Amino acid sequence: MGVIPTHLDRPIPPGETQDKILNAVADEITNRGFVIASADKLFNWARSGSLWPMTFGLACCAVEMMHSAASRYDMDRYGMLFRPSPRQSDVMIVAGTLTNKMAPALRRVYDQMPEPRWVLSMGSCANGGGYYHYSYAVVRGCDRIVPVDVYVPGCPPTAEALIYGLLQLQKKIRRTETIARR
Amino acid sequence: MTSADITHSEKNTPDVKQDFAPLLSALLADNALYEPSASGELVYRCQLDKLFTTLTILKSNVDLDFAQLSDLTAVDYPDRLQRFELVYQLLSISNNQRVRILCAVDEGQIVPSVTGFFKSAEWSEREVWDMYGLFFSDHPDLRRLLTDYGFEGHPLRKDFPLTGYVEVRYDDIEKRVAYQPVQLTQEYRDFDFLSPWEGDQELVHSTLNAEEEKDTMLKQDGDA
Repeated sequence: MGVIPTHLDRPIPPGETQDKILNAVADEITNRGFVIASADKLFNWARSGSLWPMTFGLACCAVEMMHSAASRYDMDRYGMLFRPSPRQSDVMIVAGTLTNKMAPALRRVYDQMPEPRWVLSMGSCANGGGYYHYSYAVVRGCDRIVPVDVYVPGCPPTAEALIYGLLQLQKKIRRTETIARR
Repeated sequence: MTSADITHSEKNTPDVKQDFAPLLSALLADNALYEPSASGELVYRCQLDKLFTTLTILKSNVDLDFAQLSDLTAVDYPDRLQRFELVYQLLSISNNQRVRILCAVDEGQIVPSVTGFFKSAEWSEREVWDMYGLFFSDHPDLRRLLTDYGFEGHPLRKDFPLTGYVEVRYDDIEKRVAYQPVQLTQEYRDFDFLSPWEGDQELVHSTLNAEEEKDTMLKQDGDA
């Protein structure tokens, strides 16, 4: 049985090495009808390649979030499609000021998302209250309500910054051990 | 109306406000008094018991025709005997005129609601109730408008602390968003000094001189 070395964490670029691996995989399938791969890596590959964010825009950050999804930056390239329902989403982008009145709604939407799920806090307000830190009506950071995986700084962060944050989240997912007991 | 105001308005577009003022003053004579304003706007002040009548006249008189209530708000003046001031901004589209009605109200006094003939007052009155705690009688649905459900206090009153009394966090044991008293890791810093452009000129100069002196001293040290 041919064992293909897949110790590399990053994708293999097109070229001789990639062709060699792909040919080896094709041979395995024609000869034996199956391939053996690391299930962990396969899951993580699938998860990080189809991060579906929940549409949760709260303030001006939402406009930058829309930019990152629109044709210029085009989040679709990374398999990221905005979903209108928490039940179809993997990641929630908290884009904007989270007020006390909104906090229970945010938590409810988070609870409705299926596991595994991630949260990306976008902008100063979501990170720690930002400009409204001392307000009587604003939550001083959305991590008081939901667990946050990635914080993107900025007021508002640019569309590039948000995409960079999402790529960091992909990286985080890739090094998670999905099956191993923690 | 002072002469300064008239010259000021003459510089601008043809001023119809001034022609309108006598008619308005005559019709409101028993209810509201003209109050001069720096920008020459039509401002009238009335007593609380005359407020409803004043607004009714403005709305129902055919010549005035102030059919639209563009804004309704309040101001808190803690030093005044009657603490709050209600502000009604009215617009007459047919006359292209705006008028402002001011009315002093004290805490606990009940204000007549104008939702009967100004539909837009419904949310504005709710907002004034929410932010200042002024109660409107005969309002169809006087709930808080902006603040959190179960919020206590009226945030735009001057004695309301900026950071409020409670903050929220998720309680992992009870599995719900819970309220707790405000705990700040760093107190709010209030930089309450005069702007160097508007403030005490002598102080500004002395600060600048001190800085210059420091610079020259440093230079001398460097030379030595």
